Amino acid sequence: MFNSDATTIWVYLSASPLTGITITLVAYGLADRLYTRADRNQLLNPLVVSVALLIVFLMATDTSYEAYFEGGQFVHFLLGPATVALAVPLYEQISRLRKIWLSVSISLALGVTVSTVCSIAIARLLGASAQTQLSIAPKSVTTPVAMAISKQIGGLPSLTAVLVVITGIFGSIVGLRLLRLIGIRDDSVKGIAMGLTAHGLGTASSLQVSAEMGAFSGLAMALSALFASVLVPWIVGLLG
Amino acid sequence: MPATPIADLAGLGFELATRTFFGAIATKQMNFLNGITVLLLYELAGEVTTAFLQLPVPGPVMGMTFLFLTLLLRHKTPTSVGTASSALLGHFSLLFVPAGVGLIDHLDRVANEWLPIGLTLMLSSTIAMVFTAATMSATTALLSKRSAKNV
Repeated sequence: MFNSDATTIWVYLSASPLTGITITLVAYGLADRLYTRADRNQLLNPLVVSVALLIVFLMATDTSYEAYFEGGQFVHFLLGPATVALAVPLYEQISRLRKIWLSVSISLALGVTVSTVCSIAIARLLGASAQTQLSIAPKSVTTPVAMAISKQIGGLPSLTAVLVVITGIFGSIVGLRLLRLIGIRDDSVKGIAMGLTAHGLGTASSLQVSAEMGAFSGLAMALSALFASVLVPWIVGLLG
Repeated sequence: MPATPIADLAGLGFELATRTFFGAIATKQMNFLNGITVLLLYELAGEVTTAFLQLPVPGPVMGMTFLFLTLLLRHKTPTSVGTASSALLGHFSLLFVPAGVGLIDHLDRVANEWLPIGLTLMLSSTIAMVFTAATMSATTALLSKRSAKNV
């Protein structure tokens, strides 16, 4: 008797957005606590851990991604206003930005081009399928923009979203070490490289280092999204 | 549903209720609420502009550009917008979780193509990062030398 009641309740709950949004917040809360306990070890990146927890949970309860996203979309939706909000840290760096806007624009336009060409060329050389190549092309662009670009060029937007997140995680784990290794000291340069490669996640980890690095990373993410929405479809056309 | 007067009445009631309610809590929470409203309005303005002009730029990025220009003209960030912005950006990586869980629908493809996908992501990210940092350092040095000469 109890069992069938529990099943009824579960059927009801799993179809309601409440479950998706709650498990997202609970998983992130657990992951964030674990991350703080482990002295912010990047291998326990809260995003990786919470995504892993949620995937295991969905598989164990046989819940589809679609059903989960009924609730997840409310968290996902906040990416929009959060992107708009990046104008604030950017504005706070205006005096720095005035001095270096030209070199920032040149670096970002070239950076987006190199990033896109490399992604497509390497994926092609290594024998990835055509659809994977197209889905991987906008991998360094912030999620909402990358999904839009992917759709436009004939990739799979949902695969792109995942590749973007993995790229962001890789960039924020490796980025700072890599930049130190090649002798970059300036926080604004580091921020630009982090934001171009690892978008919002690079910005999140840059914000933890310094407000300046975070602001420049946010700037790079926003400007490279602008450049990418024009350059990526064009480059894809050129590379056929 | 031809009950327009009732709908009007309900609308009026709602407005009165929200005014009284929001008027009563004109504190920090109100700041956040005002701030998030501003952010949403800018996002909406961005969406509408890109849709109308058929720009290849996504709405939120356009909204960010508009907000940035507004801050430039106003010469300062309103407290409300600052509060909402730091609340959202403080947990930026949480917002990527639902997209990341999408991996569950692509486990097959990723299992089949994990080597090219993984290598492409790592190699091209490393190249892009080093290239951008190097270009930025070089152009900054070059441009500041030139402007120093002009002075």
